[in-house]
Amino acid sequence: MANEPGTASPPLLELTNVTKNFGAVAALSSGTLRLEGGSIHALVGENGAGKSTLVKIIGGLQTRDGGEFLFKGASVDFHSTAAAKEAGIAVVYQEPTLFPDLSVTENIFIGRQYYNRIGLDRARMRREARALTERLGVPLDPDRLVRGLSIADQQIVEIAKSISLNAAVLIMDEPTAALSGVEVERLMGIARSLRDEGKGIVFISHRFDEVFSLCDTITVMRDGAYISTDSIRDVTEDEIIRKMVGRSVGNLFPKQEAKIGEVVLEVADLTTAGIFEGISFTVRAGEIACLAGLVGAGRSEIARAIFGVDRYDSGRVTINGTRVPRHRPTAAEKFGMALVPEDRRNQGLVMNAGVQRNITLAIRNSLSKFGFLTSGMEEAAAKNWAGRLQVKTRALDTDVVMLSGGNQQKVVLAKWLATKPKLLIIDEPTRGIDVGTKAEVHRLISELAADGLAVLMISSELPEVLGMADRVLVIREGRLTAQIDRAEATAESVMFAATHAAGVTA
Amino acid sequence: MSTQTPTRRGAPEWLKAIAKSRELSIVIVLVVILAFTTSAHPTFLFSPDGWREFLRTPSVLILIAVGEGIVIITRNIDLSVGSTLGLTAYFAGYLLSTYPAIPIIIVVLLTVFLGAIMGMINGLLVAFFKVPSLIITLGTLYAYRGIDVLWVGSNNIVPSQLPQSFENFGVDQLGSIPYVMIVAVVVVLITAWFMRNRRTGREFYAVGSDPDAAILYGLPTRKLVLTTFVISGTLTGLAGVIYLAAYASVDSQVGSGYELQAVAAAVVGGVAILGGSGTIWGVALGALLLQTISSALNAVGIPSLWQQAVTGVFIVGAIALDRALFLNSLRKSRSRSVGSSK
Amino acid sequence: MTATELKGTPVRDYLLHDKPFWRRILQSREAGLIGALVVVVVLSISFVPNFGQPITLTYLVQTNFPIFVMLLPMTLIVVAGEIDLSVGSVLGVSSVVFGLLYDAKFSLVLAAIIAVLIGAGIGAFNGFLVTVVGLPSLAVTIGTLALFRGVAVGLLGTTAITDFPVDITTNLQNTIGASPFPILTIPFVILTIIFIVILQFTSFGRGIYAIGLGHETAHFSGVTVQRTKFVLYVISGLVAAAVGVVFTLEYDNSIGSNGIGDELLVVTAVVLGGVSTFGGRGTVLGAIVGGLLIAVLTSALQLAGVGSNGISVVTGSALILSVIGSRVLEGLTRGRREKKIAAAIGGE
Repeated sequence: MANEPGTASPPLLELTNVTKNFGAVAALSSGTLRLEGGSIHALVGENGAGKSTLVKIIGGLQTRDGGEFLFKGASVDFHSTAAAKEAGIAVVYQEPTLFPDLSVTENIFIGRQYYNRIGLDRARMRREARALTERLGVPLDPDRLVRGLSIADQQIVEIAKSISLNAAVLIMDEPTAALSGVEVERLMGIARSLRDEGKGIVFISHRFDEVFSLCDTITVMRDGAYISTDSIRDVTEDEIIRKMVGRSVGNLFPKQEAKIGEVVLEVADLTTAGIFEGISFTVRAGEIACLAGLVGAGRSEIARAIFGVDRYDSGRVTINGTRVPRHRPTAAEKFGMALVPEDRRNQGLVMNAGVQRNITLAIRNSLSKFGFLTSGMEEAAAKNWAGRLQVKTRALDTDVVMLSGGNQQKVVLAKWLATKPKLLIIDEPTRGIDVGTKAEVHRLISELAADGLAVLMISSELPEVLGMADRVLVIREGRLTAQIDRAEATAESVMFAATHAAGVTA
Repeated sequence: MSTQTPTRRGAPEWLKAIAKSRELSIVIVLVVILAFTTSAHPTFLFSPDGWREFLRTPSVLILIAVGEGIVIITRNIDLSVGSTLGLTAYFAGYLLSTYPAIPIIIVVLLTVFLGAIMGMINGLLVAFFKVPSLIITLGTLYAYRGIDVLWVGSNNIVPSQLPQSFENFGVDQLGSIPYVMIVAVVVVLITAWFMRNRRTGREFYAVGSDPDAAILYGLPTRKLVLTTFVISGTLTGLAGVIYLAAYASVDSQVGSGYELQAVAAAVVGGVAILGGSGTIWGVALGALLLQTISSALNAVGIPSLWQQAVTGVFIVGAIALDRALFLNSLRKSRSRSVGSSK
Repeated sequence: MTATELKGTPVRDYLLHDKPFWRRILQSREAGLIGALVVVVVLSISFVPNFGQPITLTYLVQTNFPIFVMLLPMTLIVVAGEIDLSVGSVLGVSSVVFGLLYDAKFSLVLAAIIAVLIGAGIGAFNGFLVTVVGLPSLAVTIGTLALFRGVAVGLLGTTAITDFPVDITTNLQNTIGASPFPILTIPFVILTIIFIVILQFTSFGRGIYAIGLGHETAHFSGVTVQRTKFVLYVISGLVAAAVGVVFTLEYDNSIGSNGIGDELLVVTAVVLGGVSTFGGRGTVLGAIVGGLLIAVLTSALQLAGVGSNGISVVTGSALILSVIGSRVLEGLTRGRREKKIAAAIGGE
């Protein structure tokens, strides 16, 4: 490490007991973080622990109400993201915030372009942009529009931007959530080389394997308060989880034994040109089948095609032996399929509508009489399903945007369970959900399967796959490369199938 | 990716290249229309009057459309330009006829300033109340027109009320190019350079491309949006002066319907209605094309009443073409990024 | 099938509404609008000479009939997050086609049917471009606004057709018995009820709101997003064309400029009535009150002797003030809402 803590220079960032209140609610009661140069510092905590508020204060999106905020030893107060950037603090968010209509070069230099005598010095910026992306190991065409770049490439542009700003502090807020294994490795390589140059990096992630392989220091937050900072070598994953939840979580994957029944879903030779090809598998009643693989391998696309949200070119989807018409979610629903999508905010819920309206959205046709539908007719179903899933809300007309991530996911589940499905497709069931609620969602899925529901789950988290699945279906580059039974499924066997070409298929 | 992207059959390369460069495709359409009309009626272009009108008529619309284009690039819209044109044209005419002592240049500056103020009102309302510009400028479209009507009443401006030198400016030419067109071209040159070569210009594109990202990035989005509306108002004020010079008469309905023409010119000129892309050259050529089409329709004996229908066809055609090109490029970049992840 | 057995019975009970009934009513946008309408009416009756006469009401409904009716489908389209600026031009085309066919010795009924079908066809054209081709509705309908106004004006030139049967015109201008309400009130009220039911009390209407608030979620939930929007555009074209026929007969006048600028008045009424241009929020009732507010203001100002054109100042200002006012109110409540969200997340 370039810079062991304890050397004479002050830490890059030193936040002590920073507070931030929204009215009577304290989003942050004691935010404390000490970031040294030449260090990768993990910041972990459940959703709502105050991590993002802390990041927003550091990045200049919000200002603190109290506490100390020292940058390179001097007290600072950023009132805009521009001011924070000016000082040398760059933030890379989970979803890159770039301008899709502008080129890679322009995105890197926007707001601080070089001028020459007649105008912008495009040649110089282009040269530097190319050099920057090359240095990051991903030479991008500097004239290419950002629209159409993969999320991983967009993050490269974001990082290139922060390097060209010569930022001393780089904050990465869940940067790996949407990346595949190879891309995660690449990103971690970049982070290490930036660390070796003496920069300070704050790394926020829910994935402990990444945190433990990448970071040297770890700070835990809970309920808006600072809990602890340790050297990563001195702590174990279990200890960190305990600190995050304030209790021990018990079994994260309470898998129940279920009786495997008849084939419910049969997918035969499903193909969409350029996305996936020749996908065939079955899911039985009571079984949890899990689509595993790298992000971008085509798993979500397969699920969406099965449910009919997307088109597919050829192949067949049958439920209990009857063929389901393609590209018609309405028909899929009638056949007993349900899809809990990956993107809860945009695909799972109508965020600015109430709990009741959300729960009854998929069953609005069956609830209505001759097409007519009143709130009264919806109420019973909404109460029933909200209650069964223990959605925490006072009233049924509360907009779901007001609920926590875990409760929102329960509303999505309620909405689809209300359709009384035979097959539940559930894409990244616990993304963005804190550890405590995670176990609850897992228990729920397990119970549903035990009750005889066929479950097709998609997950990028290997522990979740291994903990929940009766059978793992591994997708690699749009093809089904392996089907591994629970007994044989290990991290190694799944990762091998996910990263190696077909031919090893059992 | 193991599957090869199938080669797509479609238009030949040269056709694609033309479709991609909006400016080039407009020029080609323009040349075709001119060739067709001129072969039927040589005087349409090859007569001193014909040539002058070809260049003189579009100057007002070019000025307005350039401002409108800049507003649309930032993902807003300015529907009040027609009313602003009417009010500023009358304002200039009123000053010139009522206070002949004021030097013409001062009148011009005051009129442009009035346009800027009217644009600023739009901009302030849009930027600080975060109300969709469609609604705000729909409101000011009514409000400005109402003020115009109340003020003009039956006191129309007629040519005899204006100073001779001012009127001459509207019809005279430098060599064979009318002064009013020179004004328009100079404005196009300056704004095109500004939009391409100044940080602020590029930031307009950034704001229109993704307003949320612009805020997160720390761009002064409010100031930028406000600026575009001030630019639009300023150019429309200038267009008011040019209108007065070119036509020498103003009533209370001057400029109504120009907002549609301006939006049409911008869209035909390749500005995406959802912001983020398009060039000033394209907008100016779009304006030139629309005006030329309507003159050409007249020349070949199609009643000018149909002109609006042609405008409509061009708007729909232009956005449909944009959409097709966009989908095409998206497909291409997707297959490219799949290829690169190998 | 078996998923219903999950956990036997619900373990929690919920309130249906967060706020008590009276607070929901009083805090609704519609209540504020109706209040404003009442104030304007009372002030007009007290201070504007002749405003209290029954004939004012008759004229008010008659002249604003096209706006009132066309704002019904417009409300649905705006709630679905789209817009249709072509309605005024559709009215014009329908009026002209109706006139030309009648002149060509078609029967009135047949001419009306063809005109209305053409309107539906234009709606389908808009709908096709928006849903199948995927173009932004603002640009599409600005285009078809110009296109079909051009067609209307082009077809008939500067002439007018004014030889429709006199008795129909007279009948249409009659009032219901001795009341001040014109005959046209009847179709208007019936259509209003139909549209309120469609938007508020059908699963189709639930779909419209879902599309406006989150079209992707709607698609994932089995709402046929594109088909719904397409149907809305067809309805909009159909209604505008039907209004065109009625308008032509009512004033015995088929000219190319009929309905010019109506789209702006309709949108103004809808927005004034609290329907959000971002989609997903607003009601038919609100839109109608918005339309009434404009109509009453216009009529009062006319009677007060303000030149009819100067009224556009009031229309424009009312529009701007209403959106800004609601934005300011939202800003006041947003702070509270954000606190609540923070509380909800923090409390987890």
